[in-house]
Amino acid sequence: MFATLSIGVTLLLVLLLARPTGLYIAKAFQYETTRLDRWFGWIETPVLRLGGIRRDDQTWKQYALAVIVSSLVMILLVYLVFRTQAYLPLNPSHIANMEPTLAFNTAISFMTNTNLQHYSGESGLSYLSQMIAIVFLMFTGPAVGLSAAIALIRGLAGKPIGNFFIDLTRSITRIFLPVSFVMAIVFVALGVPQTLEPTVIAHTLSGEVQEIARGPVGSLLSIKQFGNNGGGFFGVNSAHPFENPGAVSNLLQIVLMMLLGTAIPFTYGKMVGNPKQGRVLFLSMTMLFIVLLGVSLSAENAGNPVLNAMGIQHEQGSMEGKEVRFGMVQSSFFSVVTTAFETGAVNTMHDTLTPLGGLVTISNMMLNTVFGSVGAGMMNVLMYVMIGVFLSGLMVGRTPEFLGKKIEGREMKLIAVTLLIQPMLILAPTAIALFAYPETISNPGFHGLTQALYEFTSSAANNGSGFEGLGDNTPFWNIATGIVMYLGRYFSVVTLLAVAGSLAAKKPVSETSGTFRTDNGLFAGVFLGTVLIVGALTFFPALVLGPVAEYLTLKP
Amino acid sequence: MKEKKTMMSTAIIRGAIKESFLKLDPRVMVRNPIMFVVEIGFIITLALIFVPDLFGGSVSSGYNLTVAFILLFTVLFANFAEALAEGRGRAQADTLKKTKQDMKANKLNSLNQVKQVLSSELRKGDIVIVAQGETIPGDGEVIEGLASVDESAITGESAPVIKEAGGDFSSVTGGTRVVSDRITVRITSDPGESFLDRMIALVEGAKRQKTPNEIALSTVLTSLTLIFLIVVVTLPFFADYLEIQLEIPMLIALLVCLIPTTIGGLLSAIGIAGMDRVTQFNVLAMSGKAVEAAGDITTIILDKTGTITFGNRMASEFTPVGGHEEQETALWAAISSLKDETPEGRSVLELMRKQGLAYDPAIGEDAEFHEFKAETRMSGMDLRDGRKVRKGAVDAVKKWVVSQGGRVPKELDPNSERIAKAGGTPLAIAVDQEIYGLIYLKDTVKPGMKERFEQMRQMGIKTIMCTGDNPLTAATIAIEAGVDDFIAESTPEDKIAVIRREQAEGKLVAMTGDGTNDAPALAQADVGIAMNSGTVAAKEAANMVDLDSDPSKIIEVVSIGKQLLMTRGALTTFSIANDIAKYFAIIPAMFMLAIPQMEALNIMRLGSPESAILSALIFNAVIIPLLIPLAMKGVAYKPMSSAALLQRNLIIYGLGGVVAPFLGIKVIDLAVHLWI
Repeated sequence: MFATLSIGVTLLLVLLLARPTGLYIAKAFQYETTRLDRWFGWIETPVLRLGGIRRDDQTWKQYALAVIVSSLVMILLVYLVFRTQAYLPLNPSHIANMEPTLAFNTAISFMTNTNLQHYSGESGLSYLSQMIAIVFLMFTGPAVGLSAAIALIRGLAGKPIGNFFIDLTRSITRIFLPVSFVMAIVFVALGVPQTLEPTVIAHTLSGEVQEIARGPVGSLLSIKQFGNNGGGFFGVNSAHPFENPGAVSNLLQIVLMMLLGTAIPFTYGKMVGNPKQGRVLFLSMTMLFIVLLGVSLSAENAGNPVLNAMGIQHEQGSMEGKEVRFGMVQSSFFSVVTTAFETGAVNTMHDTLTPLGGLVTISNMMLNTVFGSVGAGMMNVLMYVMIGVFLSGLMVGRTPEFLGKKIEGREMKLIAVTLLIQPMLILAPTAIALFAYPETISNPGFHGLTQALYEFTSSAANNGSGFEGLGDNTPFWNIATGIVMYLGRYFSVVTLLAVAGSLAAKKPVSETSGTFRTDNGLFAGVFLGTVLIVGALTFFPALVLGPVAEYLTLKP
Repeated sequence: MKEKKTMMSTAIIRGAIKESFLKLDPRVMVRNPIMFVVEIGFIITLALIFVPDLFGGSVSSGYNLTVAFILLFTVLFANFAEALAEGRGRAQADTLKKTKQDMKANKLNSLNQVKQVLSSELRKGDIVIVAQGETIPGDGEVIEGLASVDESAITGESAPVIKEAGGDFSSVTGGTRVVSDRITVRITSDPGESFLDRMIALVEGAKRQKTPNEIALSTVLTSLTLIFLIVVVTLPFFADYLEIQLEIPMLIALLVCLIPTTIGGLLSAIGIAGMDRVTQFNVLAMSGKAVEAAGDITTIILDKTGTITFGNRMASEFTPVGGHEEQETALWAAISSLKDETPEGRSVLELMRKQGLAYDPAIGEDAEFHEFKAETRMSGMDLRDGRKVRKGAVDAVKKWVVSQGGRVPKELDPNSERIAKAGGTPLAIAVDQEIYGLIYLKDTVKPGMKERFEQMRQMGIKTIMCTGDNPLTAATIAIEAGVDDFIAESTPEDKIAVIRREQAEGKLVAMTGDGTNDAPALAQADVGIAMNSGTVAAKEAANMVDLDSDPSKIIEVVSIGKQLLMTRGALTTFSIANDIAKYFAIIPAMFMLAIPQMEALNIMRLGSPESAILSALIFNAVIIPLLIPLAMKGVAYKPMSSAALLQRNLIIYGLGGVVAPFLGIKVIDLAVHLWI
């Protein structure tokens, strides 16, 4: 009862914060002078001057190129840090250099806001790597996503696309840094360690020696959740007591994960000059979220029928793989939030969720439209909006229009290839893995199939959580997921920026009563229908052979 | 052409059946990627019949044969739809070609001598003489003379039209026949480029290019096809991990059912049929793009005269002046109009009849009629008894009366002003020195126009009326007709200015026109419809030509354009929505043997795995011919707001698309299961 109430409290908190946050973001990216310039100007102006950035608007091509090149440079820098961390300072626990394929995977993983971890933080990374490589990318990764989304929204609103470097700087100075700074202090106050001291060696009463890993966790934790990064300081992520000390920190982490994803629809509504456009999307996604959360909670509550049949007590629901401190409800809630918002932090092992609970997490990532991660989620949502507009727009007998711009051949071509990339990145490599590398999968049958499917889904959606048990630190998995993460992130950024550029250049058509409206309940239905039919149809067979078959065969 | 409108003849169907086999040629099929995938599926299953273990499968040849057979029919049905649509156009073209047979022409050479040449030898700029009973050898312009021309070959309208040198009625079309008099014509097109040639090419669909929306939609459909190709190609690897062997025919069946074959098979038929509907409406669209653009129109510019109003002003009231009775005024108005054959004159007698007023026609017997002349601006009768009755422009009649020593009643001027202010034209009636009163001539709005403009408003289309009238008259008519806006005293330049202004606001503008001075505006408009009676310049500038020369038809053209887009959207939605049921038929069937619990997903309770797959395939195939009539006719369209329209179509084609296959597949399975 108390646990269920805590879900209500969390959602209420998010509901209260989402709109003001969204409006703040809209203001933060406004190029006209605002009061915010006075507050942040003192840091932004020197930074931009240092980089030699002028305030000129870029074309979509320049913007996309800036995104790609900056990201590549950052990936390369971080790769070098990982490969040489043994020789670099701040390595009190004497951690060795990272192996090349793992460093490749990890650098891409954090740059793409995925935070898929084929290593364990406490044993794989030096403090320097954690701080200047991991935490660095934890700020820039989501900042790139947010900037690209803002650029797309500007294009849809018929404004110039903007300047990537200004957007990137502002994302960090105006949004990610201030919130992370404050929240890091809050987390530290709640008991999260923040230290550069090495691992503690403790001698237990029974005379055993225990190594207790610690480090600068607080500063990583706040941006990990707020930027939908998800990469843990420790291998077990937010199930570790140092990374999630209790109920309050758990609640705050969930709120942080949800905040930007729920705020951006309002940013969008504000920026396109019609708050209803954003509200419709917010409500549609909330509906999806609530339904999926409900499925997960009821499945986890029912527990594993096989274990139940053995007479094992299951009043608290399925507790397999869950932290006792959080219990079934908070674990299930966390798992739904972390996949819906493409964060990838975990406080429970998703591998041990009941089949339907697992189905919910993987569906969240396949749809990638239940809010999604900072920016990237919204971009994907807007893509589905445009597909919905196109299909139903024809049905009112007009060339489909979205926000006063006609959606024509060029836009649909770009969207069509973007739509194609998701199944390509998930299904093709999963098939290869199942066929060529079955030995790396720790389970036979349906559950094993889900493991592989989950790993690539998580990579393609830039989520980063894992269906643990997979022997994923092998060259195949490192390279394959590295490529999938990279394409999963940047392919759609480029194509959708191209759509933005193409739409921004179009002459707006005037709105009449014959125009198809995208800000009412009917359109919410169209949007949900498009997401479910186009998105779900693609993955139906794979899901049937994975979690659905597992569920059906477990059923008494 | 009117009698050719029953297009579904057995000859066309027979031709289409033959054509659908010819279209199986892979070089033709590849143009439609969706159906091409089905054809490849057919070829693979066909190969499996002869070499069953080609891919190590163990499916019986009989089953393979059945699957191959259904796939073949799926492709044939799609080809049939396209061939049928093309066939209707071709039948129309054939009749047009008959008109276009080579004929003799009387060419005038530089020495002004007439020489007989073949019409195919005529070049642009040649001058020919066409006399009564002869056929005009090519498109051209009348440079001398006046003749009545029978244009029924092109327009289907049997009443001859007058063509004369100069002015807006100077253009003639090759293949039409001079029924009286004789004209000299300057040829304006080279062989192969004439109006008739273009018309034949258009209805034949020879030059059919995909329209922008069609291209966008094809891209999406191709993308969906590729997505499902990935899904189906990766599936055996997934199954293999679970040690389940999937049979090739089943995978092909799954693929064919998932890819949007319904819309893929009907897409080109929808486009051709849409063009065809416009043509059958006696409007010739120069491209499919123009028809599509018509659906997007947000502003329509209409000429008042002839489109909104009848154009001829009609008597609607008698106003007596100078102490006369209305009966008296009406009597003299009627007498003056007895021999007046103009619409105005006739409308006076009509009004008398309507008001139940009587007059004695004997008064007018043997009277001498004076026609309306520009100099006098009056018409009337000189009666036997010497009295002169006149009817005409108020100031002209005033002058005439005064010149005979009569006097002008003082209430004449206020009354004529009142009429003018209300948008009417006052005609004064006088007998010798006595002015009897005024006839109120009113330009009457065609019945039903107000309702149509209201419909357009619901469709989100703004109507602008152009008229040469003064602003007062224009405003009155505008209110009466219910148009949204008007331009009074408009010149052709005004029209272009209005079109540009609307376009600058992001509107798409359609207009109709006929005169040479309309040509720039027709070219500027997004959709320009020229009247066939109009000049060559107007027809060249427009992207549609209305053969009936009925300017109000623009409204129907807009509807047809919308219908075309809606049909595509509706069938696409239907096609994609169908996939849900097909999944629930095929997926459990594929895995039921290996995983018996999959039975839980068999929510349709289909008889057996084999029958389930066949039923889904059969449904997938037969839905194409079942929807051919819809693709040809277009989905029903009634003007309404976009929200209402979308809701209606979403329920019928979206929800219907989800539910229909569940029922259809179940019913087919009940039959199929009897054998398997």
